[in-house]
Amino acid sequence: MAAVQWRSRGRNYDAELQRCGLEAALVDFGDYHPLKPIMVTDTKTRRGTRKGSTSSSSSSSSSAPPDPLSSMLDGTDPLSMFAAASATETPTMSHSSSTGDLGRRKREKEEEAVGPDFEPWSLKRGEILARFTTTEKLSINLFMGSDRGKATSQGSAVSEKVRTRLEELDDLEEGSQRELLNLSQQDYANRIEELNQSLKEAWSSDQKVKALKIVIQCSKLLSDTSVIQFYPSKFVLITDILDTFGRLVYDRIWTMCSDPRPLPDNFTVEDVNDTAKETCLNWFYKIASIRELLPRLYVEAAILKCNRFLNKSAIQETLPRLTAMIRGIGDPLVAAYARAYLCRVGMEVAPHLKESLNRNFFDLLGTFRQISSENVRAQLVLQMVEMPEYLTLYSPAISWILQCIAYRAPESLLTEMMERCKKLGNNALLLNSVMRAFRPEFVAARATDFIGMIKDCDEAGFPKHLLFGSLGRSLASADPPESERLTILNEAWKVITKVRSPQDYINCAEIWVEFTCRHFTKREVNTILADIIKHMTPDRAFEDAYPQLQSVIRKILTYLHDFSVLFSMERFLPFLDMFQKDSVRVEVCKSIMEVFIKHQVELTRDPVILNAMLHICKTMHDSVNALTLEDEKRSLALLIIGFIRMVSFGRDFEQQLSFCVEARATFCNLEPVLVQLIHTVNQLAMETRRVMRGNHSRKTAAFVRACAAYSFITIPSLSSIFSRLSLYLLSGQVALANQCLSQADAFLKAAVSILPEVPRSISVEGKLRSSESFLLDFINSFLATLLVIPDHPEHGVLYLVRGLLNMVQDYTWEDNSDAKVRVYISALPLLAAMSQETYLYSIPKVDSNETLYGGDPKFLSEINKLCETLIGQILDHLKTLGRDEVRTLLI
Amino acid sequence: MSVTLDIRLKRANKVYREGETVAGVILLICKEALQHHGISLSMEGVVNLQLSSKSVGVFEAFYNSVKPIQLISSNIEVAKAGKIPGGKTEIPFEFPLHTKGNKVLYETYHGVFVNIQYSLRCDMKRSLLAKDLSRSCEFIVHCQPQKSKVIPTPVNFTITPDTLQSREKNSLPKFLIRGHLDATNCVISLPLTGEVVVENSDVPIKSIELQLVRVETCGCAEGYARDATEIQNIQIAEGDVCHGLAIPIYMIFPRLFTCPTLETTNFKVGGVI
Repeated sequence: MAAVQWRSRGRNYDAELQRCGLEAALVDFGDYHPLKPIMVTDTKTRRGTRKGSTSSSSSSSSSAPPDPLSSMLDGTDPLSMFAAASATETPTMSHSSSTGDLGRRKREKEEEAVGPDFEPWSLKRGEILARFTTTEKLSINLFMGSDRGKATSQGSAVSEKVRTRLEELDDLEEGSQRELLNLSQQDYANRIEELNQSLKEAWSSDQKVKALKIVIQCSKLLSDTSVIQFYPSKFVLITDILDTFGRLVYDRIWTMCSDPRPLPDNFTVEDVNDTAKETCLNWFYKIASIRELLPRLYVEAAILKCNRFLNKSAIQETLPRLTAMIRGIGDPLVAAYARAYLCRVGMEVAPHLKESLNRNFFDLLGTFRQISSENVRAQLVLQMVEMPEYLTLYSPAISWILQCIAYRAPESLLTEMMERCKKLGNNALLLNSVMRAFRPEFVAARATDFIGMIKDCDEAGFPKHLLFGSLGRSLASADPPESERLTILNEAWKVITKVRSPQDYINCAEIWVEFTCRHFTKREVNTILADIIKHMTPDRAFEDAYPQLQSVIRKILTYLHDFSVLFSMERFLPFLDMFQKDSVRVEVCKSIMEVFIKHQVELTRDPVILNAMLHICKTMHDSVNALTLEDEKRSLALLIIGFIRMVSFGRDFEQQLSFCVEARATFCNLEPVLVQLIHTVNQLAMETRRVMRGNHSRKTAAFVRACAAYSFITIPSLSSIFSRLSLYLLSGQVALANQCLSQADAFLKAAVSILPEVPRSISVEGKLRSSESFLLDFINSFLATLLVIPDHPEHGVLYLVRGLLNMVQDYTWEDNSDAKVRVYISALPLLAAMSQETYLYSIPKVDSNETLYGGDPKFLSEINKLCETLIGQILDHLKTLGRDEVRTLLI
Repeated sequence: MSVTLDIRLKRANKVYREGETVAGVILLICKEALQHHGISLSMEGVVNLQLSSKSVGVFEAFYNSVKPIQLISSNIEVAKAGKIPGGKTEIPFEFPLHTKGNKVLYETYHGVFVNIQYSLRCDMKRSLLAKDLSRSCEFIVHCQPQKSKVIPTPVNFTITPDTLQSREKNSLPKFLIRGHLDATNCVISLPLTGEVVVENSDVPIKSIELQLVRVETCGCAEGYARDATEIQNIQIAEGDVCHGLAIPIYMIFPRLFTCPTLETTNFKVGGVI
């Protein structure tokens, strides 16, 4: 093949630019343009508004172009629809059958009718379940045993005889191995859930009698108060079943009447047909003949809503009757919960009937002395339950009743209620529930009165710190009169600080922190923090109170956004020191950082903040170890980066650099932070250049060199090869822009020298991918930078280009890959550009090769030689490609 | 070939009073046309008496069972022998509820020894090869509501160990229970109401129950047999209830098992202590 002399074409960039420059042709409104949204608009109106324009079917109105994806679907997209649907379903338990869901949705709708400000039962439910737990084994009682026999038996097919046999067997087992039959709390809940399922099954298989039996058996369980600590949770579980039953009955009768067309929501008795009425009546007759009081009461309450089918005023008549019926329940706890259930059902079905709610409460007050009766005492002694603990069992029920009463109740009624409670010897339990259930505004306005009442309470029975806790909760959401605030805080804290048990103390103090933060300055908050520290430090009591302490921090952070104030509280950092368990401490630090990033708007150089934040960040950073998850690391790094970004020393660049040095030492384990630091320093250098308008003085020149040095020694500590490469390139460019030629040289040389280390495949998002494309991208941008790099006087011509190409040649590329040749091909334009008289671009104040060599023929011939070699290589590759093709064809 | 024969009454609750008309349809569902030898419908009201083995001997009870007394009986032919087309056929009917002579239409009642039952029975005669079909359906008769208004006469009661007819009076603990019933003569369709108050009791109360008792009297050769049986027992208080607090008494009469006129009902409040 005849050797061809290759040489680069001379170019005049300016002329080319002018020639190629597109004429800025304005696109007319009517013209077609692919980037314009194609919209068919009503041309008539258009013509009317803009006469003479050649408007056609396509218009260029500035409205947002329709997203083809969203326009495909009309309405909401299916995914979000599902999400929305499931969101409404999930809050309650996971069990779901179609009828249950239907009923639930319906019920939710009705709860809304009460008003969104009424805290629904579903919220309380979880709270109670979480609060009233027991580690004690729930002994399975006879009820449950027989109940189970009935529930699992196939309807009433199993004869009475067999059933009693089964019971006897159960009894035998209980007698011999008691522990085996004892159920843990979870087992108990599961068992109840099983019953719930079998209720639904029985219902759907048309075994109405069996369903009723299950419900009766379940409600019978409520009369059993063994393991009394669990009673509230038991109540919740069992009333779930009752609710299910009530819904099933209601839905069934409802469908019976909706034969030709569904009943309207606000149907009247006239709309209901006779068959439905008869069925409904039968249910009520059947229930009226239940022998035991408690099941009769609960089951009738459960289907209270069905009264709507029978009679307009039926609910109105039934509620007072049921209320009176509860008087027959001897056990005060059982009675209180029965009242709570009745109130709940009453609120759901007929929220306007306030009278029976009040009646319930007065009856409750009337029977209050039962709590201290002999019977109850004996029971408590038997179960080894203390009186205060026993009293707290009442609080969910009483709170619920009071909440129902207080809901949208006139002020006068609340005052009356309070008076009645007062008359009853100022009972602490009642007071507590009053404070919890009544509107916070109501409580807050009378906060001083309440404090007086709390003081008057007798200490026995119900601990005062709980009372102050409830008061604090109300005050946290409503403001007491301005003048009283300080006295309230003083009075309350006087009591709180005397609470001996650290656990009780912190529970109460945590609540009051919010009130303090809302209304007072850092001085008071600081005092409270000091008090908490004093209480929690002895015997390392804080170890058991991390959740509460965390919540203290959270509350302080919600109200105090000014971090200079926050950190100037002398007790804040000592408070943080109480978090000694690593995971908790990191958690706390993270929450502080999140608030900082969110609320710190201005850059800061405040030494107090910086010190404290550095300390916090260091804590987070130090928690990283070999076991830390990748995600965890990432989130920590993000938080620290957020902090670093907020730090600025203004014009004091050196201080900033030394901060970066310090930060590098502190956060050496988190690579993203180091990367951010390098970027910060690079930015610093460029900022310096901007301030000096490109002309560095001796001092600034030294400074930017220091910056370069910082980057140069930081980069090698990164493990990711590509971040190293790109940072080398970037730092090299920054150094060049700041006229630090030798530094730039060093950066680029370092980049070239680590090229062989690039692995052939890297993991991207957990998958192994070939690194080839990344490498090619990098090399291309590297080549572009090389154009302006002046040659080093001590090394040969085009030292870096040669170096790079050598590396490329030695690199072990993937087999059968064109990558190497691609690099060669992209190197050709570089070489061609280098041989021009004036370069396409240059860096101010840096002389590129064009000036250094001034178009020296020797230099040009070097370039040409290089080009020739490259082209030779490329042609060789093409030949092998051709040969390969022939070979494949022959085969 | 399957045929279903059914009687559907117009009223869903199946309750009728004297003088009213029992109306409904006979429903026939068959796939193909059906040959029959006539369909007839009869209405019957019967009192069945059964002697208790307690008051007379076992054998007497068995032999001497009193003949059923017929209260009402009528018969109509719904359709003459012929063919019924396939598909769903509804044949409407009506019976006036009138007594003959001086007989009284008693209320429907299901007791232990006395049963008063009203029923409709539909028979379809068919050819030799196919079985005759028959279907019966009970309906309920209630008395006309009382016209004269009953003035409720409340009654108070007190229970102490002394008032009890018990042998071991002395061994009983002391207690005092007061209460009142709103009426002694109750309207059957309305619940029994009242209140009971435990004034004091030395021993904690376990349960207070309300028992509804019926007394059935049967006339027979050797005079009368009188038996009291429990109809329903309802707990109105459970556990040691609050002293001095009025607990409501409330009971709905189970309609099928109680009836107002023929027998006297007797209520007893039993406190189990």
